[in-house]
Amino acid sequence: MRLLDGPLLELTMDRLCQQLIENHGLFAETVLVGMQPRGRFFAARIHQRLEHLTGRRIPIGQLDTTFYRDDFRRGAPLKASQTVMPFLIEKKNVVLIDDVLYTGRTIRAALTALGEYGRPTKIELLVLIDRIYSRDQPIQADYVGRSVNTIQSQRVEVAWTEQGAPHDAIWLISPSYPPPGQGAATPSPNPSI
Amino acid sequence: MSLSVNHLLGIKNLTAADLQLIFETADKFKEVLNRPIRKVPSLRDITIANVFFENSTRTRLSFELAEKRLSADVINFSASGSSVKKGETLLDTVNNILAMKVEMIVMRHASPGAPHFLAKHIQAAIVNAGDGTHEHPTQALLDAYSIREKHGEVAGKKVAIIGDISHSRVALSNIYALQKLGAEVMVCGPPTLIPRYLGQLGVQVSHQVRQALQWCDVANVLRIQLERQQGKYFPSLREYALYYGINKALLDSLNRPVTIMHPGPINRGVELASDAADGEHSIILDQVENGVAIRMAVLYLLAEKIKSYN
Repeated sequence: MRLLDGPLLELTMDRLCQQLIENHGLFAETVLVGMQPRGRFFAARIHQRLEHLTGRRIPIGQLDTTFYRDDFRRGAPLKASQTVMPFLIEKKNVVLIDDVLYTGRTIRAALTALGEYGRPTKIELLVLIDRIYSRDQPIQADYVGRSVNTIQSQRVEVAWTEQGAPHDAIWLISPSYPPPGQGAATPSPNPSI
Repeated sequence: MSLSVNHLLGIKNLTAADLQLIFETADKFKEVLNRPIRKVPSLRDITIANVFFENSTRTRLSFELAEKRLSADVINFSASGSSVKKGETLLDTVNNILAMKVEMIVMRHASPGAPHFLAKHIQAAIVNAGDGTHEHPTQALLDAYSIREKHGEVAGKKVAIIGDISHSRVALSNIYALQKLGAEVMVCGPPTLIPRYLGQLGVQVSHQVRQALQWCDVANVLRIQLERQQGKYFPSLREYALYYGINKALLDSLNRPVTIMHPGPINRGVELASDAADGEHSIILDQVENGVAIRMAVLYLLAEKIKSYN
């Protein structure tokens, strides 16, 4: 199922930017931080729009949380991505940006990781898709593109043209309903899902 | 992706993919080391014992720093002033340390194969920090990583290892690492300090330092290990410095720049003159800096293989 694409996706990103501008003005004391590995594409889009709308240079970084995750040595090996933080966040407002908020564990790790770059005044979370009722930890987003109610066997796939997708689109993939052109997924144990 | 081994005993046991994984992980740790707070919590439930039966300054400091940067608990043991002097065996010593609940052992030992022996007999991840004249895998990793950092990649590069090859564990580990990464290797030194059958490893052998320098992109200059030399391998240090010592005048007389490396400690004025060791093409201090990131990567990737309580 397609959650967002085309004009609706553009409209959603515009709205998120307007909400950020309402709270952060000209971004004099605000920095954006995109979450590795997938949130950085969305963060770059938001960053581009905000710079266009405000006419100001806004600092942006990319944060990888692999070394802060709580599932190290508890499952499949973790592969770290690159962290690029060309600024300190001491006394700054930080807007953490990710594409999908699910269990909240990545954001918990990110909050710890951000502490290594100084003590920020405030940290806010902006996500494109919020999978509500799925949280393992008490973490909520401040800015949400779209909230969806999902079950565990479903997954949200975000495809940007920068990653080689034909066009920007966000899909909700159920085990028995693969998106067009993706081939058959593994059959669901429960056909009603 | 994870390592193909559970212990780091030598480069010989690693695959090219292992080396790339270690390098890519070290890249991430290099960023960590440049933060205001240079620490990550990954190994906070791991205890590591640094067991050094031989002297060491930078390897030991570098390992200890890497362990602390990963938030591991660290205990240090050195043979001098310990019960080893009372006749305790290696296995007993290490088993006593393990009884105190230690997950990883970083060991330096004068006997080649000591870490391999431990790996067979005890339940802990072993990291070889140098076993006699055999291997010194983390040194070779940081050397290759430093070449990769300076020259973009290791594959296709020409590396000359110059000096006391016979008594060097760095040389053997470097040969394995560089060859696995696709570099060409030449060793250079007096015939008495080059093992007779080294050519069988697929390396070129030269006895002329100028010839080696003219051939190579990178010269890894090794220390004359006087403490390991039982007999006389060359007439005098002065004569060695005259025929095999590298100085700025020699480097300037070549038709292109050669990157100078040295695993330390340097015998200044013997294998390397100060004007070459501190010259613009020297990456000796970069090697030391990279050592911490490389050791963090190795410890992190090996710890990943120790599965947590389920």
